[in-house]
Amino acid sequence: MTESVRFEDVSLLYPGGTVPAVSHLNLTIEKGEFLVLVGPSGCGKSTSLRMVAGLEPISDGKIFIGDRDVTNVAAKDRDIAMVFQNYALYPHMSVGENMAFALKIQKVPKEEIARRVQEAAKLLDLTEYVDRKPKALSGGQRQRVAMGRAIVREPHVFLMDEPLSNLDAKLRVQTRTQIAALQKRLGTTTIYVTHDQVEAMTMGDRVAVLKDGILQQVDTPRKLYDEPANAFVATFIGSPSMNIIHAKVVDGGAEFGGTVLPIEREVLAKADSDHVLVGVRPEDLNLAESGPEMKVTLVEELGADTFVYGTTPDGVNELVARSRGFTSPRVGDTVHVDPQRTYVFTATGTQARIK
Amino acid sequence: MDELLDGLPKLGSAAAAIALFFAALLVLFLIGGRVRGKFQGPVALAVFLGPAVILVTMGLIVPAGRTIYGSFLDANQEEFIGFSNYSWIFETQWGTLTNTILWIVITPIASTGLGLTLALLLDRMKRESVAKSLIFMPMAISFVGASIIWGLMYEYRPPTSEQVGLLSQIVMWFGVEEPPNWILWQPFNNYLLMIIMIWIQVGFAMVVLSAAIKNISSDVVEAAELDGAVGWKLFSRVTIPMIRATLIVVLTTIMIAVLKIFDIVRTMTNGNFGTQVVANEMYAQSFVQFNQGHGNALAVVLFIGVIPLIIYNIIQLRKERAIR
Repeated sequence: MTESVRFEDVSLLYPGGTVPAVSHLNLTIEKGEFLVLVGPSGCGKSTSLRMVAGLEPISDGKIFIGDRDVTNVAAKDRDIAMVFQNYALYPHMSVGENMAFALKIQKVPKEEIARRVQEAAKLLDLTEYVDRKPKALSGGQRQRVAMGRAIVREPHVFLMDEPLSNLDAKLRVQTRTQIAALQKRLGTTTIYVTHDQVEAMTMGDRVAVLKDGILQQVDTPRKLYDEPANAFVATFIGSPSMNIIHAKVVDGGAEFGGTVLPIEREVLAKADSDHVLVGVRPEDLNLAESGPEMKVTLVEELGADTFVYGTTPDGVNELVARSRGFTSPRVGDTVHVDPQRTYVFTATGTQARIK
Repeated sequence: MDELLDGLPKLGSAAAAIALFFAALLVLFLIGGRVRGKFQGPVALAVFLGPAVILVTMGLIVPAGRTIYGSFLDANQEEFIGFSNYSWIFETQWGTLTNTILWIVITPIASTGLGLTLALLLDRMKRESVAKSLIFMPMAISFVGASIIWGLMYEYRPPTSEQVGLLSQIVMWFGVEEPPNWILWQPFNNYLLMIIMIWIQVGFAMVVLSAAIKNISSDVVEAAELDGAVGWKLFSRVTIPMIRATLIVVLTTIMIAVLKIFDIVRTMTNGNFGTQVVANEMYAQSFVQFNQGHGNALAVVLFIGVIPLIIYNIIQLRKERAIR
């Protein structure tokens, strides 16, 4: 039966280290939920996942699976299944044996093993490959075997450590939706680690953003996008990432590049210095007849969209704007941009959002 | 000093021979390089392949053929006597043959088993390399040297006098009042000789197997752990199958070395007291008894014994390459 997972103030400081790999992590993953851990490399997302698996020690705090405290339980007794980045298939076993291995160790009756393996193979479109060795499979097929190995276990929790990063771009998109659909169908609690924010946004029920071992925000993809907790989350989620403009606090707004952007007085009162960070998503920064000026340095035509890269006249801030027009500006032109929707963050500390 | 000067002419002639060899090669390569047209290919082939083919023919193929032919001749290599030499082996040399078979079976399995155990125990230990170097060290000692060392370990002295042999002293500590003269104690002495070989080969087995174990990706081990396979189950179902090819190579390599075992037996007992093996008997027949026919036949028996092992080894290596 599937179970919830709970981190209670979990920290990990490697012996001899000074900076914790994971610091005071508090997080609950509900029964049947698909939670994505996302962040730049070295942020502690894989480490957190491996802590649930029991492959990584915990210096402080507790981890629960369901109501059971598994902090000091051996990996093999936690009843979790993991999909590794490079799949970690047993090269000396056939696809079927790979999937059956855990069940054999658990001494599940033979007929039951055969039934479950067959079911998983069918589900993953692997029926004709059951007798092949992993070496004779393509990358995508190996990935599915790794998934199958997890599915047949019918574990409390699935853990997935960047399972798509070894696939080519097209297959990745395809497999992404398959995994999400499969998870919905099986209803097994899943923790999924990725560095790819698109994967995080498209797959997760909720997404937890980590940076330097500290949980920044955990929310639904929509909320992460609309209401980022701080400047890091704001820039990490969304592509191209949000423009962050260093602006000076002046009476009635924030000033950059000779333009004053009006901001409510209450918001400015929360600023912790004489500067604030103004955030505008490229999709909210349109080319316009008037407004702040931008000198174009690069134009990216993506078909549906055109992104215009440039700098403010003072050269301090770099901006990306989306052009909806049929004619796009050229490199070297000076254009006006019109910020539709802005965020304001404090300029120091955690760079928390104040608007 | 005088001796050194006496040696000089020898050195000079050696240098001259080497210089001549290189000069000859140079001429050969020059000619080979000048040839153009339709002879270019065949000449290049001959220049590059020729020396090796000639040397292999002179050093391996001709002697092998002569040995096989000679095994059908009598003691003085004069008269053809058919399979008499072989019937002599299989009628009178059973002791030698069984000893050799015991060596082939016990020594490789014991060395590999011990080597594997050590590789597992030392894996990720602190100062692993120091321990490994110490265990590998006997590999660097010649078989004769090792035999002399172990000869001292097995040394027999009457129980009343002070003991030199470590083995005697140890069993006396355990309360045995009259330790046997180990080397004369049949058939136990065979195993004492095998221990020397095992001592030498364990380091080799350990180093090669340790490398194979380290080659197993840590992800696979972790996956097995999550699948519930730890300890013995992990070892027997994941580790062993994944280093199977290396295990076989180590086993057969030691087997081939053991099949030719000569030095240890010759140094320790010279084949007496029921410890004779094929290689030492071959030497004794050829160069002590001067029965060339017997010697040749024994050489052929050894040769035939090695062939299947080598073929198996090559097949295994090919298979492994196919997997990679």
